Amino acid sequence: MDATVTNSDEVLALVRGLSVTYEPDGGQPVRALVQASLSIGPGESLGILGESGSGKSTLASALLRLLPANARYMNGAILFRGCNLLEASDSELRNIRGARIALIPQDPALALNPVISVGDQIAEVLRAHIRTTGEARRTRVEELLAEVGFDQPRQIYPAYPHQLSGGQRQRIAIAQAMACHPALIIADEPTSKLDASLQTEILALMRRIGRQHGSAFVLISHDPTVLAGFVDRIAVMYAGRVIEEGSTEDIFRRPLHPYTQALVRLSSRYLAMQAVRTPFAAIHGEPPDLTETVAGCPYAERCEERMPVCSERGPQETAPELDRRVRCFKYEH
Amino acid sequence: MNKDPANSRSPLLRVCELSKSYRRRGSPWQRGHVIEAASHVTFEIFAGETLALVGMSGSGKSTVARCVSRLERPDAGEIWLNQTDIAQLESSDLAPSRQRCQMVFQDAATSINPRFTAGEVIEEPMLIQQEGSQRERRQRAQGLMSEVGLSPDSADRLAMEFSGGQQQRLAIARALALKPSVLILDEALSGLDLSTEAQIANLLLDLQSAHALAYLLISHDLALVARVSDTIAVMANGKIVEQGPTTQVIGHPTAPETRALLGATESARVGLAAAMGMTP
Amino acid sequence: MKYLARRAIRAFALLIAVSVLCFLFTEMAPGSFFDEMRLNPQISPETISNLRSRYGLDQPLVERYGHWLLAVAHGDLGYSIAYNAPVAPLLWTRALNTLLLTTTAMVLTWLIGVPLGVWTATWRGKWLDRIVETGNSLLISIPEIVIALGLLAWAVRSRAVPIGGMISLSHDDLSGWGKLRDVLQHLLLPTAILVLAGVSIVVRHVRASVGEVLDAPFVRAGRGLGIGQVRLLFRHVLPVAASPGITLFGFSIASLLSGSLLVEVTTGWPGLGPLLLEATFARDLYLVIGGIIFSAVFLLAGNFIADLLLMASDPRIRTGGVNAE
Repeated sequence: MDATVTNSDEVLALVRGLSVTYEPDGGQPVRALVQASLSIGPGESLGILGESGSGKSTLASALLRLLPANARYMNGAILFRGCNLLEASDSELRNIRGARIALIPQDPALALNPVISVGDQIAEVLRAHIRTTGEARRTRVEELLAEVGFDQPRQIYPAYPHQLSGGQRQRIAIAQAMACHPALIIADEPTSKLDASLQTEILALMRRIGRQHGSAFVLISHDPTVLAGFVDRIAVMYAGRVIEEGSTEDIFRRPLHPYTQALVRLSSRYLAMQAVRTPFAAIHGEPPDLTETVAGCPYAERCEERMPVCSERGPQETAPELDRRVRCFKYEH
Repeated sequence: MNKDPANSRSPLLRVCELSKSYRRRGSPWQRGHVIEAASHVTFEIFAGETLALVGMSGSGKSTVARCVSRLERPDAGEIWLNQTDIAQLESSDLAPSRQRCQMVFQDAATSINPRFTAGEVIEEPMLIQQEGSQRERRQRAQGLMSEVGLSPDSADRLAMEFSGGQQQRLAIARALALKPSVLILDEALSGLDLSTEAQIANLLLDLQSAHALAYLLISHDLALVARVSDTIAVMANGKIVEQGPTTQVIGHPTAPETRALLGATESARVGLAAAMGMTP
Repeated sequence: MKYLARRAIRAFALLIAVSVLCFLFTEMAPGSFFDEMRLNPQISPETISNLRSRYGLDQPLVERYGHWLLAVAHGDLGYSIAYNAPVAPLLWTRALNTLLLTTTAMVLTWLIGVPLGVWTATWRGKWLDRIVETGNSLLISIPEIVIALGLLAWAVRSRAVPIGGMISLSHDDLSGWGKLRDVLQHLLLPTAILVLAGVSIVVRHVRASVGEVLDAPFVRAGRGLGIGQVRLLFRHVLPVAASPGITLFGFSIASLLSGSLLVEVTTGWPGLGPLLLEATFARDLYLVIGGIIFSAVFLLAGNFIADLLLMASDPRIRTGGVNAE
């Protein structure tokens, strides 16, 4: 492992041209990811912005090779510290999952085991990766519980998930993810099931602990506001494709892709906190049907700046500025 | 905003001192106790206007919605809908008020039978009330579909084949089938994607001005509610802690609970504003 | 503990209700033990009425029930007219025979069924699973009586195992070990029938509940945290999947006394079943009632044990509902 760590200082994880298709029993195949590429540096936080059906959750699960059995990795590569996860063996994967890459789930009410005490559930992660005594493990779990904000870890340890509130359960899930100081943490809509006040708290907690351990983050959300104050860079996904990527400031101040522009415009509803009763600047129509091949740009039908070329062929990825990329004919020369 | 003075004199829906409590069943180790889910809730909504009932989860806003739609019987108080107090009516006498007051839920996918066709979903309430012939019902269903932005040609497609946003449109069309005057929107804008949320919000605004509908909008999202409501009532612990015109409640909140709700989105707004390069 | 006390009180009330219904129904049923005597010209009506009063059958129903209840409180279940003996010891010896058979069968059924169910659940859709599933469907669709007759026919032809009864004629001459071997050999056939008839239900049940839990999000989450496949199955999946299995296990216990009637009758096992059948035909009142009460006690005990196991295995029951939300 050491050799790969030194020569991949720049990039921690790299997704290159990944395509994933779901093949449901007796159903049409769904092209959930099409030639998606991403890179995450050590300690960096990357936001993935996309609406339902954009492929963002598929990408998150793919990073851990956790896709359901009917998913096919069509082509591409997922490199973590130089090792291609698509070719990794089960035991290699087991050593990476939870220890080097960890997942914070969307709904901890479902992601925690109902009949195991929350303390033991955190201990299970330690047990899977670190050889130590039961007593040392218990002490470590109590430390972790304190770290995620429980005042009395000893009292929380024997509690069961159903005895905790939604916010408390999410803290337990965070403690599980942080237990082995993973280099990369993937959080899939970690706050979408929580009240607004809790959202801020949980995000702040994730950031604090992430910084302490120097973990890189991939934060997935449909809500630009959640990403705005949290991540360094944002990748915008649409219909299984990464259509734009750039620094958070660039994305919000000068979005390039018409879809990103529309999303940013919509998210500004949070800023205008006065009664207006005026229509929203909505995006018309619906995302394309992923069971059909899209010849041109998948956003073309809804795009207000559509050109004839848009429905003829798919736009290539271009880098109109330093450290930015976009898939749109407006920027192809 | 631009309300008809004639309408503003008599509200379409008037809720007065509504109270509802639940007895929480005790377990062998715990004694049961009473939870005041709603206590002395009073508000009124005029034609063409929206009252937003906001609060954190567990504040009692959904209890109020369930009482007003008479999915539950309140313990005390009055619910005036079209000169009738429906608060204590037996379910057999509720049919006319059910027609006048319809409900749209948060998750359309669970409130619609996925095996029904879109047409069947919309026609169902008309069928139950035995309104019109089969042909008339189908025509009305198709009319409603185009009104909520769905293609009338897709009336024979199964509800499960529609996307989440389209299913919410379908639920709205079904709610409109009996020409109600009041719509209860129970978190009907929550849990949607940003672009879908905007589309549905716009649709609701359009429908409201077209039919002078009164909306009771239940939500936990103050920022969203500010954009679409005329009046805001903030609930906490089963009580309305602040109520007034939206501009006033947003601009000059008095109750600590309102400030807490505003504050909850505050840091998100600061982050967003910073990313956009603005000062909030 | 209040919970357990409440369950106990409820169980007691149920037993009372069962006994009341027993008395009512036997009263309503036509005929009595002495009907056949009436046809016999050598027995005078006086003798019959004397006999009736000796067994207390001439008293009104309520009084009879009161007497019976009082006697039960002292451990006396009444008197069998046909066997001319107290009911309780009669029932006990037969019940022990039945329990020997059904407990053996149950233990075997679960020892085979649970691992097979868990194993096929982890291989769902693969050919191994399909083979077991086909065998299962076949077994479920064959009625117990057909399995019993089929095995009997095979046993008669092959003479591989002794048929009929619980012991050989020469049983008394055998040594201690020989006696045990003799009983075990006689046990083979009826046990095999019961296991074959019951195992497929257990396999299906376990496979379904384990399969459902394997698809749960928390299992995916556990895999995502690097917990190994085996540990995930035994520590995370099985405890959650246990609840439906435990309920079924409770039913198994509950039917220990009453579930083997058919097999006992067909293989001549001297259990409770044939005794009760004869008693019913003979209208041997107190024997029937005693047998039903015996079965009811087992039924309630089975449910009670299942409740205890459920409480032990599921903290959501133990700690009483959802507390914080």
